[in-house]
Amino acid sequence: MSKQYETVIGLEVHVELATKTKIFCSCTTRFGGAPNTHTCPVCTGMPGSMPVLNKQVVEYAMAVGLAANCHINQFSKFDRKNYFYPDNPQNYQISQLYLPICRDGWLEIETEKGIKRIGIHEIHMEEDAGKLIHDEWDDCSLVDYNRSGVPLIEIVSEPDMRSAKEVIAYLEKLRLIIQYLGASDCKLQEGSMRADVNLSVREAGAARFGTRTEMKNLNSFKAIARAIESEQKRQIEFLEEGGTVTQETRRWDDNKETSYPMRSKEDAQDYRYFPDPDLVPICISDEWISAVKERQPELRTEKLNRYQEEFQIPRYDAQILTGSKRMADIFEETCRLCQKPKEVSNWLMVEVMRLLKEHEQEPEQLSFSPGHLAKLIQMVEEHVINRTVAKTVMEEIFKNDTDPEAFVEAQGLAVINDEGELKKTIEEIIAANPQSVIDYKAGKEKAMGFLVGQTMRKMKGKADPAMVNAIVRELLSR
Amino acid sequence: MSILELTAVALGKKIRTGEITVTEATEAVLGQIRTLEPALNCYITIDEEGALRRAMEVQKAIDGGILRGPLAGVPVAVKDNICIKDMLTTCGSRILYNFKPTYTAEAVKNLEKAGAVILGKTNMDEFAMGSTTETSAFGTTKNPWNPEHVPGGSSGGSCAAVAAHECFYALGSDTGGSIRQPSAYCGVTGIKPTYGTVSRYGLVAYGSSLDQIGPVAKDVTDCAAILEVLASYDSQDSTSVKRADCNFTEALVDDVKGMKIGIPNDYLGDGLDEEVKKAVLAAAEVLKQKGAVVETFDLNLVEYAIPAYYTIASAEASSNLSRFDGVKYGYRAGDYDGLHSMYKRSRSEGFGPEVKRRIMLGSFVLSSGYYDAYYLKALRTKALIKEAFDRAFQEYDVILAPAAPSTAPQLGVSLSDPMQMYLSDIYTISVNLAGLPGMSVPCGRDSRGLPIGLQFIGDCFAEKKMIRAGYAYECSRPYEAPQLSKQGEEGE
Amino acid sequence: MANIISDETIEYIGILAKLELSDEDKEAAKSDMGRMLDYIDKLNELDTDGVEPMSHIFPIHNVFREDTVTNNDDHVNILRNAPEQKDGAFKVPKTVE
Repeated sequence: MSKQYETVIGLEVHVELATKTKIFCSCTTRFGGAPNTHTCPVCTGMPGSMPVLNKQVVEYAMAVGLAANCHINQFSKFDRKNYFYPDNPQNYQISQLYLPICRDGWLEIETEKGIKRIGIHEIHMEEDAGKLIHDEWDDCSLVDYNRSGVPLIEIVSEPDMRSAKEVIAYLEKLRLIIQYLGASDCKLQEGSMRADVNLSVREAGAARFGTRTEMKNLNSFKAIARAIESEQKRQIEFLEEGGTVTQETRRWDDNKETSYPMRSKEDAQDYRYFPDPDLVPICISDEWISAVKERQPELRTEKLNRYQEEFQIPRYDAQILTGSKRMADIFEETCRLCQKPKEVSNWLMVEVMRLLKEHEQEPEQLSFSPGHLAKLIQMVEEHVINRTVAKTVMEEIFKNDTDPEAFVEAQGLAVINDEGELKKTIEEIIAANPQSVIDYKAGKEKAMGFLVGQTMRKMKGKADPAMVNAIVRELLSR
Repeated sequence: MSILELTAVALGKKIRTGEITVTEATEAVLGQIRTLEPALNCYITIDEEGALRRAMEVQKAIDGGILRGPLAGVPVAVKDNICIKDMLTTCGSRILYNFKPTYTAEAVKNLEKAGAVILGKTNMDEFAMGSTTETSAFGTTKNPWNPEHVPGGSSGGSCAAVAAHECFYALGSDTGGSIRQPSAYCGVTGIKPTYGTVSRYGLVAYGSSLDQIGPVAKDVTDCAAILEVLASYDSQDSTSVKRADCNFTEALVDDVKGMKIGIPNDYLGDGLDEEVKKAVLAAAEVLKQKGAVVETFDLNLVEYAIPAYYTIASAEASSNLSRFDGVKYGYRAGDYDGLHSMYKRSRSEGFGPEVKRRIMLGSFVLSSGYYDAYYLKALRTKALIKEAFDRAFQEYDVILAPAAPSTAPQLGVSLSDPMQMYLSDIYTISVNLAGLPGMSVPCGRDSRGLPIGLQFIGDCFAEKKMIRAGYAYECSRPYEAPQLSKQGEEGE
Repeated sequence: MANIISDETIEYIGILAKLELSDEDKEAAKSDMGRMLDYIDKLNELDTDGVEPMSHIFPIHNVFREDTVTNNDDHVNILRNAPEQKDGAFKVPKTVE
C-alpha cells in the first residue's frame, strides 16, 4: 500500500506597484514604449548615479501590510542582493532582507473545511529588473531597461497551504485586497503579479518538512494549479522510488505541462546581502501608520455588505460583483449613471461573465466604459432595441467599447415598432400560413407562437416582440 | 609673481578687477601643461579647445556682471572618477577607456555655476584604489618635487597638477586618505569634508559610506573658498546632508588662542618616520606659540582601523564595481564564449590587479558564512572608532596628526607589497570611517627635499575649527612650490 | 599564515565576482587574500559584544522623492556608450532561461 502524502506549499508573490514613477528614479512606470525610452542613468546603472526612494512605494507597502494584518517594522532598511545578469543593470538588486517593511501577517481563505488562516512571513520592497528579448535571428539577447526599477513588493507566505485550491484562494484574496487598495492592478497575464511556488511533500503525519523546490514562470491561475499537481506528483514519485528531492529552482512550461531545473553552474546563488550604503533607513512613526490606516479605502467585505444594503441586491450577486475591483467599479459607476442596479447587476453577472469566459479573460481586463453599458440599459428600457439585439450590442461594447447608439444606428438594429410596417408583414405571414390560423382558432396557442416567431425571423429580430404579439393576436382574432 | 604662481582666490580677484583675463590665465596654464605633461603625466584628458571656449564665455559673463564669485574664471582640473558630460571619464581604468558620461556630477555643476574653467581630467589610481597613482591604466604620475617618486594616491594627478602649476586648483576624492596623503606628498593643501557635505552624485563610487569629493589647492584659503562652492544639499544623493552653515571662509582667521589641540599618542609610535614626527611636533609648537593648548592623548583602537576599513571598503567596492560588465558601457572583451565568459573576460581584462584583489576580498567578506565574522564585525569596529573620536572631541577642538608615516616613496617599490601599502593609510582612514573632516597642510620637507604633510582633523560638521587651526598654522610659513622651470627642466 | 585559501575558494569567488585568473595570478591571489584575511583577523581581538553594526554614519532617515514623472525619453544618451546595440536595446550573448 502506498503511503499517504501531504503537500506543503508556500508562495512568493511579486506585485508591481501602481506608482507613476519607478522606485529609485523619476522615470515613468508606464507599460510599453520603445526599448529604453523610459530610462535614466539611475535605472540603467550608469557610474556615479544614485538611488532616491519614492515615498509612494513605502505608503503602498504599508497599506498592503496593514490590510494583510502585518506588523509594520518601524525601522527598515534596503539591502543589496548581488548577482550578475544582464537584466540587472548594476548587477545587484536593491531589495530588503534583514529589515523588511512588514512581517508576521495573515489572510483568511475559505476552504471546504471552513475558514483557514494563511500566514504571511514578510513583505518587502524591491526593484524590478529589465526585460530580455531573445533574438533568434542574431542568436543574441537584447536588453530593455524600461522595466528596470519599477517598484515591487514581494509577499512571502508561510508554508501553510496544502493544495492548489488553497493556493488559488490565497492568491485571489491577496489580489483582491491589493486591487481594492489601488496598489496594483495585479494582472497575472501582464506580469504585474507574479507567483513563485515553493513546494515540498512529506508523509502524512510527519513532523519535519521535506526538501522543497521553487517553481517560476507561472502566468495564470490555471498554470499554477497545473504546476502544483505536476510537481507534487514528481516529488512523490521520487520518494516512492527511494530517491531524495533536490532543492532547486524549476521553470514551468505550461505548453508542455512540465518543469525543468533552472540553475547553471555559473550561478552560485550566494547573494552577499549587505545594507545599501547609498540609501538611508526608513523610520515609520505611529502617526504615519495611523494616517495610512485611515486612508484605507473600502475593502471587499465592506463593499459587499454595502451593495446589499444600498442597492438592494442579493448577497450572492454582491459577492460576484465585488469579486473583482474592476467589476465593482464598473457596477457602481453604471448604477450612478442609470440608477437601475438590478439591471446592471443582471447584465454584468450574466452576459459580461459569459463573454469573459468565452474570451478566457479575467474581470480585471474589462475595458469598456460604464457609460456605454448605462446607455445600453436605457435603450432597452425605452424599447429602442429588444433584448436579443441588446445582447449583440453588449458583445460589441465588450470587445471594442463601441458607443451603443452609434453601433445600433450604423448596423440598423433599431427595433422596428412602426405599427403599420409590422402589420403589413404580419398580414403577409398569416396569409402564407393558413394552417396555423386554423390551428390557432382550434385552440392551439402554440400556433400563435409559431406566427410570432416567423415574424421575428422575417424582421431579423428587430421587431418589438411585445408589439408583434399584440398585433398577431389582434389580427388572428378577426 | 607670474600668473601661475597665484593662488586660485588671488587669481579670481585679479580677474574681477580686470588685471588678468580668463583667457590669459587659461592659456598660461595650458602652456604649462604642454610643457610639463610629458614628464609628469598628471592628466588623462586635456580639453584645450573646450577650456579656451569656456574661458571666453566666462569672461563675457564676468564683464556682464553675471558671474561675481571669488572663483569665476579660475581654471580647474577634475579627478577622472568624477563625471563630466561628454568628457572621457576613465577612473584610471581600462574598463572605462572610452566612457563619456551623459551627465555632469553635481559638485562640478556647482563649480561651473561659479564660473570655473575645466581644463581636463586628472590621473588617479584605478577606481581610487591605491596610494601611489601607480595602479592607473594610463601610466604613473610623477611627483613634481622629485619625478623619481610617486605623487601619492589615489588623487595623485590632481595634487601633482596643483604643485606643478598645471592648474590653479583641482578636485580630488577621498575614501581612505586619497586627497590628504597625495596633498602631503606633493606639498599642497587638500580637504576631505565631513561625509555628506559634497554631493556624491556623479562620483563613481568606490566605498560609498566613505567617499567624499574635496578641493586640492595651494593653501587653506583656496580650499575653504572652493569647499564653499562645492558644498550643497543635493536631493539626488540620499546621503547628502543639509548643512546650515557652509561659510567656511569665515574661518580664515589667524587666531587659535585657547583652542584645544590633541595629538594621539598612538600616531607617534613605531612606523612613523623620524623627520615626519619632528615636523609634526614642530608644527604643534607653532600652534602652541600662537596660544593653542596642545596635548597628547590616547585615541585607542588605532590598530583596528585598517582591517575595518579594508573590509568595509572592499565589500562596498565589490558591489559598486559589479556594474562594469561590458553590457552597457566601457570595455567588452573581443573574444568570449557565451554570457558568463563575456562577463569574466571583460572584467578580468579590463580591471587591473589591485582592483581585482579588492573585489575578490570584498566578495569574500560578504559571502555566505563570512558576513557576520568579517563584514558585521568591521561595522561594529567602525562604531567603536566613531565613539572614540566622539570622546576625543569632547576634550579637543581639533586633532593634529601626520598625514602619512613617511614622505613620498620612490616609484615602483610600493605595489610589490600591497599589505605594506595599506598600512601607510594608518593616519587617514579612521577619519573616513568616522565621517570626519580632515585637512592636509604642508609643514616642511625632509632631508631629501620631499614635502611633509600635517593633518588637521575636525569633529563632524566642524570644518570651521579645523580650517581656523590650519590657517593659523599656515600663516607661519609661506607656500613653497617645487622648482620647475618653464622649459621643462625639473630642479630640486 | 593562518588563513590558507584553497583553489576552490578562489574559483568560487571568481564565479561570484565574474573574474577569471590565470594559474599564476591564482597563486598570487591565494597568497594575497590569505595575508589580508590574517590582518583582518586582528579584529577578533576587539570585544564588540553588544555593539550595533554601524552601516550609516549619521542618523539621517526618511529621504524620499515625490511620485512625479520628471524624466523624459533619453534613450539616445543611454545607449551612447553601449559596446553593442540593436534596435534600441543593449545586445548581449544569448542568455539561458
